[in-house]
Amino acid sequence: MDIASLLVQLLNGVQYGLLLFLIASGLTLIFGVMGIINLAHGSLFMLGAYSAFLVARATGSLWLAVPAGLAGGALFGLILERGLFRRFYTRDHLDQVLLTFALILLFEETRSLLVGNDFYSVPVPAILDFSIPITSGFAYSAYRFAVIALCLVLAATLFFWIERTKTGAIIRAAAEKPEMVDVLGIDSRRIHATVFAVGTSLAVIAGVLAAPLYSVYPGMGDGFLIISFVVVVIGGLGSVSGAFWAALVIGLVDTLGKAYVPKAAGLAIYVLMAAVLLWRPSGLFGQRA
Amino acid sequence: MSSAGTLLPRTRLGMYGLAAGAAALACLPLIAPPYYIELGTTALIAAMLALSLQLLVGCTGLVSLGHGAFYGLAAYTVYLVTPANGALPVWLTLPAAVLAAALASLVVGALSLRTKGFFFLMVTLAFGQMIFFLFHDTKIGGGTDGAFLAKPVLAAFGYELSLPRRQRPLIAYYVSLALLVAMYTGLALLLRSLFGRVLEGIRINEHRMQALGYDTYRYKLAAFALAGILAGVAGHMWAMHRGFVNPELVGWHRSAEALLMILLGGLTTLHGPIIGALAYVGVLREVASLWFPERTLLVEGLVILAIVLLLPRGLTGLSRHRLERKSEPHKAGADD
Amino acid sequence: MTRGRFGGISRRRMLQGTAALAASTGVPTGWAIAQAKPLKVGLMLPYSGTFAKLGENITFAVETLLAEKGGKLGGREIQFVKLDDESKPENGPQNADRLVKRDQVDVLIGTVHSGVQMGIHKVVKESGTLTIIPNAGNNVVTRAECAKNVFRTSFTNWQPAHGMGLELGRRGIKKAAWVTWDYAAGQESGEGFKQGLEKHGGQLVQLLTLKFPETNFQPLLAQIPNLGVEVVGSFFAGGGAVQFVKEYAAAGIKVPLCGSGFLTEGTLGAQGDAANGIETALHYGDGLDNPKNLAFRKAFKDKAGRDADVYAVQGYDAAQLLAIGLEAVKGNMDDEAGLYKAMRAAKIDSPRGSISMAPSQNVTQNIYLRKVQGGENKVVGVAAENLADPGTGCTLA
Repeated sequence: MDIASLLVQLLNGVQYGLLLFLIASGLTLIFGVMGIINLAHGSLFMLGAYSAFLVARATGSLWLAVPAGLAGGALFGLILERGLFRRFYTRDHLDQVLLTFALILLFEETRSLLVGNDFYSVPVPAILDFSIPITSGFAYSAYRFAVIALCLVLAATLFFWIERTKTGAIIRAAAEKPEMVDVLGIDSRRIHATVFAVGTSLAVIAGVLAAPLYSVYPGMGDGFLIISFVVVVIGGLGSVSGAFWAALVIGLVDTLGKAYVPKAAGLAIYVLMAAVLLWRPSGLFGQRA
Repeated sequence: MSSAGTLLPRTRLGMYGLAAGAAALACLPLIAPPYYIELGTTALIAAMLALSLQLLVGCTGLVSLGHGAFYGLAAYTVYLVTPANGALPVWLTLPAAVLAAALASLVVGALSLRTKGFFFLMVTLAFGQMIFFLFHDTKIGGGTDGAFLAKPVLAAFGYELSLPRRQRPLIAYYVSLALLVAMYTGLALLLRSLFGRVLEGIRINEHRMQALGYDTYRYKLAAFALAGILAGVAGHMWAMHRGFVNPELVGWHRSAEALLMILLGGLTTLHGPIIGALAYVGVLREVASLWFPERTLLVEGLVILAIVLLLPRGLTGLSRHRLERKSEPHKAGADD
Repeated sequence: MTRGRFGGISRRRMLQGTAALAASTGVPTGWAIAQAKPLKVGLMLPYSGTFAKLGENITFAVETLLAEKGGKLGGREIQFVKLDDESKPENGPQNADRLVKRDQVDVLIGTVHSGVQMGIHKVVKESGTLTIIPNAGNNVVTRAECAKNVFRTSFTNWQPAHGMGLELGRRGIKKAAWVTWDYAAGQESGEGFKQGLEKHGGQLVQLLTLKFPETNFQPLLAQIPNLGVEVVGSFFAGGGAVQFVKEYAAAGIKVPLCGSGFLTEGTLGAQGDAANGIETALHYGDGLDNPKNLAFRKAFKDKAGRDADVYAVQGYDAAQLLAIGLEAVKGNMDDEAGLYKAMRAAKIDSPRGSISMAPSQNVTQNIYLRKVQGGENKVVGVAAENLADPGTGCTLA
């Protein structure tokens, strides 16, 4: 292996990991604060990707899809929280699993009714439609650099919000000790709605950014959902910084594994997860199990 | 700890009802055309899977999303032990399948039971998918398309039960029915035993059980392994029924379907999952395929949503008095 | 095409006809009555899901042939029983049961998805129902698991890739790589490519795979420049093919790309300039100007309102093969020996040229060399003439 190709693989791993972070951070916040398991989180990612495709087809450009995804995702999350999830905070895990499993089926069917089941490719925005040569025989698409940058901006914003604002402090408190929020007399319903909206928005925007990278296809959320679970488990429940580091580790392990030990790559992340569980059952950054 | 065996029928009438149901299933082949016998077998196998999961969900309060993996693993084990050129007797394939499921569920259980609540859900899901990828992405079991195997036969000591071709589906049907009845009876006895009461105690309040001096981890692990073994029996019957394995048998959608059957039939009874499975496979899916052939998933999604929202106690809940729920719904992840 | 519509008739209605027919199943009481009754042909195809268009095209093509024959094959009226298999392998055996056991079809034509095909194969091997495969290319059903009642008019995954390998080998290529999804079709096509190369002293130095149907191609593409190969061959289909071809071009890799024909089949509109100049091998292509092809394309377009493609050709030939068999036994399906003998010996005048059946009952056909030019897969030559699948492990002789 030479240094240039290793560098390319590292870039791939970081880019993949950052996308995973966008999905997993919403998942971990929603778990942490509301105790809701949302199996449909991967389908939100899928919906984001398909809406990017629709926006790109209608306007000829992906640009509009980014703000539309952020705002639309937040709105959609709000509707879901108000309409459905709110009733399930005190229900059994089983009910939550089945509710969100039903949502997966309904989201996929809605997608199938509206857009069909074809596999579509989504064009990269024209201004980024060029490649930057890394070695004489290999170039890296400018869009991928843009995705890395945008993911970092979103991650930084999220960290600022969680760590430096009052709402963020409440959310952190809620994620660590949910009963604290009620004791402090804070309107937990507003916090719940906010967290759900932010989490949904992040999954949707991840889908928007991923659309030109991976195309859009039915069931594309499933694989990302499972990997995001692994990220949350390794990072620790409710911990956004845990999700960040775990996502990068998983992204790199998976990418480098595929490149250098393809036979073992599929299992590598699960072995990693098992090892973390043996060592620290509550995850690397988790407060509690 | 509270009344023993709360999941079992409380009256003699209830037990007669269950016996009558089993008898009706035994008589089904007398009137049903061959296609419906095979459909019945499929439903009985689903019932076994749902019943095995009920030991975790309804009895112990553990919601696993990796349960289907043991079912699929057992089916694949039948494929792996069966030589290319001939069938093996059931008394060889069944123990092999059960052993594989037992080992896998012990290992997965030992690791995932270190966690609780949502962590447990996610970890079982991830381990289940790991087993899925093992069969989906390697050539161990024929890869993505799956593989054929010679169906295990009922044979012992050189004597083989052989039936004319048309009656062969009956074997799988009656073996499945017998296993399902045995499984239900065994679990019913188990629930009355100390072991069963401890499991129920864990579901209601694990801390109290620990305070009483029970090593709850061991009890949960035993329940997890036993459930895995019973799922293995169901998986073996799938392989025997179809003679074909594919990776979708292992995937987590199988586990979610089994959970759906439990919820459909009723979380609070041991026989609920059986009724749920028969209703789901035998009626709901069949009707959906006839009336809404293009939109079966849409129907399925709406039905699940309706059940979760409107019928949280399942079909058996309709006929029962509204009993106070034994397990306090709790803010999960926080206090368990 | 609007989803859910089926050439003007809603899919719902199409499938309802099926249900009505299923209900009227009678018990045949002898040959004479059987002759009078219409022959039931089950079409188990995807009418929803990713492959819905393939299923529809195959159906239109079968109906096109039936119309040409005046609505009868071997003197028998034909009734279609359609079933949507949704391309779901887990429901494959159950769906095949529905046609074979519940609806008791005489012939089953299906399907597209190879995982579903495995489920069908298990059921029809036991029931003995005559089955013609109009697409699914998994080698095994006409190799180790071949059956006397199962025929295939499409291809094995091995065939097109083998043609590409042979072509490259003849040109003196010594080192090549193959990139594909890690599933049956990917592995089997890789095998065909490798054996083709090796026939002329070439070598497959690296098989690069990723999970089906993932599209994270970057970790694979980044390895290619260091492999030291002269050409990269590939098997992807549908959207995966679109994405792969575009990313290959964007990565600026200087090694030429070629592949099994599905890499550029039905995807050129989306691939755009990125696909220009790619050479692929397949059993059909644009610009085959034999009279049969021209006549078929016109008839198909009249019926379906859209252009025929390779899947339509495969479906048309499935129906042609059935017609030959039924004509030989004058519609008497009970004459199994005569039926299979005629079908095994069939010489079919296909839109893709003349085809026949190999002993393993898979189609023997020309594999054409095509080159992407101006948005078309132009046929520029023949990569392998009358290529038969080796049928390894099949005991039919």
